[in-house]
Formats: sequence, structure tokens, C-alpha cells
Amino acid sequence: MGSMSMGPTVRVGADLVAVRSVAESIACFGDRYLHRIYTDHELASCVGSPSVTSAGLAARFAAKEATLKVLRPSGRRPDWLSIEVVRHAEGWCSMSLHGYAATLAAEAGIHDVAVSLTHEENVAAAVVVALCFGAGSSEAQSVEEFELIGVG
Amino acid sequence: MDEKIRTVLSEHGRFPVDVASIGDDEDLFDAGMTSHASVNVMLALEEEFDLEFPEIMLRKSTFESVAAIRAALVELGAA
Repeated sequence: MGSMSMGPTVRVGADLVAVRSVAESIACFGDRYLHRIYTDHELASCVGSPSVTSAGLAARFAAKEATLKVLRPSGRRPDWLSIEVVRHAEGWCSMSLHGYAATLAAEAGIHDVAVSLTHEENVAAAVVVALCFGAGSSEAQSVEEFELIGVG
Repeated sequence: MDEKIRTVLSEHGRFPVDVASIGDDEDLFDAGMTSHASVNVMLALEEEFDLEFPEIMLRKSTFESVAAIRAALVELGAA
């Protein structure tokens, strides 16, 4: 029998957020909440009526938490701003990791991440799937900041 | 300090149970606090104690219990 080649492993993260809880956070904490959690791009991607804004931001918060489940930090967590949902002109989304979030991804050998967002009137959800090519690879260690392309 | 912490948890933690019934060392996430609710708790604590949690303290363990929150606030110099 020949030896088996080691392919990538898969990590999956999912999260669910109540849209109402985001609306209440905006009402209670305003800009402190918005600018602590969401990047300028994310805020600009969710412009509209209050319900549209809350639903879009709830989906993005779910994506950040789903990404954390993929990154699996054992202690310190990356700042929410370092995990960004990028909305492209065609409507699909990708994840962009910065700072400590990018470091964790590199350490885990994560090269590719796909994200899917969805929301209804009351709930928003996100699923993140990552391909890991082995922690500690020279390619992974060379990555300090990169954009992970996914499916919106 | 504990009374203020519990008031914040009661108002922002979205617990399905009475916060008074949660022990000092009991896991708040196991008791029903969601990740999003923990953000609200963090922001409310910052308001209440006039401080800011630095990124290095953004870990689940910082907010996992009343005792852990108290220790974090003391570390940040809260009175």
C-alpha cells in the first residue's frame, strides 16, 4: 500500500444572533457599540432603515463569532475590528483578517475561508468554513495580513 | 463593586434566570449569557466604572464569572 498524502483539514464555525439584541445595543450604547465592534466598511454596508441596519450588523456579528470558532483562540481573543466582513459590489461577502486574527489564522495554517450570511426578520446567522493546510508551514508563517475570499 | 457588577449583568446579560441566583464563581456563559450580550456587559461595565477594557483582556475568561469580572475591574483600577 502506498502512503496517504495529507490534504487540508476543514474547520467550520456557525453563529446565530437575535436582530433585536443588536437594535437594543445600538439604542443603548450608540457609537460606542458600533465603532467598537464594526469597521467603517461594515457600517457603510448596512445603511438603510433601522431594521435593515440591525439585521445586517447582526449577520456580521454572527460572522465574527463564527470566525472565532474557526480560529479557536485558547486565551486572548482578537478584537472584533480585526475580523471584518467585506461586501463586494456584486453582493457576495468575504472575510478579511487583520492583526491578531490574521496571526491566529497563519498559526493554524488557514489559507482559505468561505463565509455565508443570512438574516430574517428576527434572527441573523453566519457560517464560516476554513481550509487548514497544517499549522507551522512556512507559507502559513509568512502570512501576516491577508484577505480570505469566501462565498457570500 | 459586586452589587454594581450584578446590576450590570441583570440589565445587559440577558440571562434566563435571576442574576441573584448565579454564584460568584458560576460560569456566566453556561448560565445563558450569549457572546453578543457579553459585549453589552463589557460596554456597560466601562460606563459604570469609567474605564475601558484593553484588547489584551478581551478573552472569554474575563467575563466568565462575577469573580472574574471583579478581578478584571480591580486590575484596571476600578474603585
